Amino acid sequence: MKKSKIFWIYIAVALVVYAIVELLIVNGQLDMYYSNLFITIAINIILAVSLHLVIGITGQFSIGHAGFLAVGAYISAIFTTNLGFPFPVALIIGAIVAAVAGLIVGIPTLRLKGDYLAIATLGFAEIIRIIFLNIDYVGGAAGMQVDYLTTWTYAFFGVLITIIVIANFTNSRHGRACIAVREDEIAADAMGINTTYYKVLAFAIGSFFAGLAGGLFAHNFFIIQPSQFGFLKSFDILIYVVLGGLGSLSGAVIAAILLTVISLYLQDFPETRMIIYSLVLIIVMLYRPSGLMGTKEITDFFKFNKKAKGGKVNE
Amino acid sequence: MLTINEINVFYGNIQALKGVSLEVNEGEIVTLIGANGAGKSTLLKTVSGLLKPKQGTIEFQGKTIAGKAAQTIVKAGISHVPEGRRVFSNMSVEENLDLGAYLRKDHKAVAEDKERIFKIFPILLERRKQLSGTLSGGEQQMLAMGRAIMARPKLLLLDEPSMGLAPLMVKTIFHTIEEIRKEGTTILLVEQNAHMALSIADRAYVIETGHVVLSGLAKDLQEAEQVKAAYLGGL
Amino acid sequence: MEWLQQLINGISLGSIYALIALGYTMVYGIIKLINFAHGDVFMIGAFIGFFAISRWDLGFFPALLLAMVVCALLGVFIERVAYKRLRNATRIAALITAIGVSLLIEYTTIFFRGAQPEAYPNVVSSKTFQFLGAQISMQSIMILSVSIVLMLILQFIVHKTKIGKAMRAVSYDVEAARLMGINVDNTISVTFAIGSALAGAAGVIFGVYYTKIDPLMGIIPGVKAFVAAVLGGIGIIPGAVAGGMVLGVVETIVSALGFSSWRDAAAFIILILILIFRPSGIFGKNTREKV
Repeated sequence: MKKSKIFWIYIAVALVVYAIVELLIVNGQLDMYYSNLFITIAINIILAVSLHLVIGITGQFSIGHAGFLAVGAYISAIFTTNLGFPFPVALIIGAIVAAVAGLIVGIPTLRLKGDYLAIATLGFAEIIRIIFLNIDYVGGAAGMQVDYLTTWTYAFFGVLITIIVIANFTNSRHGRACIAVREDEIAADAMGINTTYYKVLAFAIGSFFAGLAGGLFAHNFFIIQPSQFGFLKSFDILIYVVLGGLGSLSGAVIAAILLTVISLYLQDFPETRMIIYSLVLIIVMLYRPSGLMGTKEITDFFKFNKKAKGGKVNE
Repeated sequence: MLTINEINVFYGNIQALKGVSLEVNEGEIVTLIGANGAGKSTLLKTVSGLLKPKQGTIEFQGKTIAGKAAQTIVKAGISHVPEGRRVFSNMSVEENLDLGAYLRKDHKAVAEDKERIFKIFPILLERRKQLSGTLSGGEQQMLAMGRAIMARPKLLLLDEPSMGLAPLMVKTIFHTIEEIRKEGTTILLVEQNAHMALSIADRAYVIETGHVVLSGLAKDLQEAEQVKAAYLGGL
Repeated sequence: MEWLQQLINGISLGSIYALIALGYTMVYGIIKLINFAHGDVFMIGAFIGFFAISRWDLGFFPALLLAMVVCALLGVFIERVAYKRLRNATRIAALITAIGVSLLIEYTTIFFRGAQPEAYPNVVSSKTFQFLGAQISMQSIMILSVSIVLMLILQFIVHKTKIGKAMRAVSYDVEAARLMGINVDNTISVTFAIGSALAGAAGVIFGVYYTKIDPLMGIIPGVKAFVAAVLGGIGIIPGAVAGGMVLGVVETIVSALGFSSWRDAAAFIILILILIFRPSGIFGKNTREKV
């Protein structure tokens, strides 16, 4: 089957899922509680997939993703609530500013490696949080009132665009360059790949979508506070990517869905939730450090079946 | 003294040693020669417990040591001077020597042995308080050997002691190896410098891609056409 | 003498950071792991000290000692159960496990006793006296002297004892250390024990000085102590002490200038500047050149 044909099949399946959920919401079969769950899942998928590009594909160990989430959230909220811009425009502005923040953070820090990069990104995320904490215009520690604007439609198309852009980027020449950086930076450099450029590019794209998620997040809760964007939030996103399997986009998506649902069910027992969460983390890292999917994609399983049956697959 | 019987050693899925057998008798210098990647260092690492054989046995003085922890093997009397010397550059010469005697409790004898090593390698006495990372390659090799002797081994494993050293220094090192043997330490020597190795060894093994392909008295091997062609070259 | 006063406050805070940073730097030096759970060991130390003093009527020094022993055991337990299997794992797997252990300790503590803070009993005389116009409390002097004594003991252990030499050998070259007959696993456990004991001591000192403790108190000092370790050059013991002092003084000055809500940002800005311009830290110039 041609690649483009497969692509359109996925789009069609996704749209059907969207239509069913939307219909159920409109008809009132899914109440606020569930529609909120679906929106939260969508936001977490966007976060997971955007960080997947940075860590899973490019191999840059960032643990400060919540910082860009915060930028997108606050900027888009300012544009809708304070300046009266339409929501979609504010979402895009929030994402662009987050991407710019990604560039500002990425250019100096991405030449660091491994643990040092991790700590630097964590530090930057905290700085971003503390900046918002100190700006009275956005309410400081008390937080900022935000209009409730996020709907399932916005959330769904946010996810769709994120996945399409990041999947296409990964499969492009640029994506292969990023993977080369992940596998062996020195070798990639020696092959003539501008490793700094690709690291910063992947980081900026990741930040862009984290900012988009921030916009959706901000307009889904009536209020945003700096304390929502601390490093626990960054760890949450990191955990989706790692549990899903570093390098697997579908793994990140599945982990984001699973963990969002699990944490919703344990909402009333926050301590138990965190204890289970941390035990799962430790056990998975000790016994299956490659995560749920390893580097495989869910589509690989289908392809494998076809190969077994029909022989030639590609073209 | 050391009997290796049919060992197989793997790095992940790659087999580095394929059914290697070898014997070292008390008081001998036995040398192991072969090209890069033939499995010489792997053999020494397996003997000293850094690697574990998948199959086969290793006996040292009648006791099996295959798969035992490195510290047990050091205690049993085997010291290993690794390839590339691996001195602790962040510590002084004297601290390196002290670490060589890590498992020994006889403090007085340790102090005497240290003096003995300073006699064998006077340059180390001069550099006693210096960080070992500041020593030259030859001096580091001496330190690595001195450090291993500090454990009072019965069997000393030497991995490429001549690597990267100037010819004059190589001579000194080989001379010292003979001295160490005279004091009663058995030696298993891995070398790429086959010429030098065969000239001081009693017996030798030639190893190629994980197999022992030839063995015998060192002086016979020096004359063997196969060895001459492959390892002695134009020397 | 406002400035002298701030300097004294800064050094008191800095010595707490320094004690925590020592454990970070030792553990990183030996197994290259950022032990995120280290800040939580510090928290456990504070609680052990609290119970020892207020429930079992122990004095300050017995409580300090008890906290150190319990934390040392906890540190070894964590290392044996969670980190030991990770020796050959990827860095990211190790870091995530450490984050997991950290969350586990925090929320298990909350699960058993709730998240409410506890007021630390007053065990050290709160007398103050004047020195060049600055107020110096007994507590500041106590913090500083306990910290200095502990650091001297550590320095002695690392440089003069057999186990200290083994620790340095393992941190430099694990394989070569094995060839010396050093039991690498035990050496790593001892490193955890010592580092965790220092964190436990820091916890008790923190409680006495700041009088309020809670189950999440370890997060921020933990991260800042890591900053201090990086600042001094990670893996370098005197560096951790210097880094902790510098950080404590800088934070105190930032607060004194009226920017107390930016205090935490100061630590992270220092971290980023040091990572970008001098990643080996203040003391990190002539170390780790493996040939």
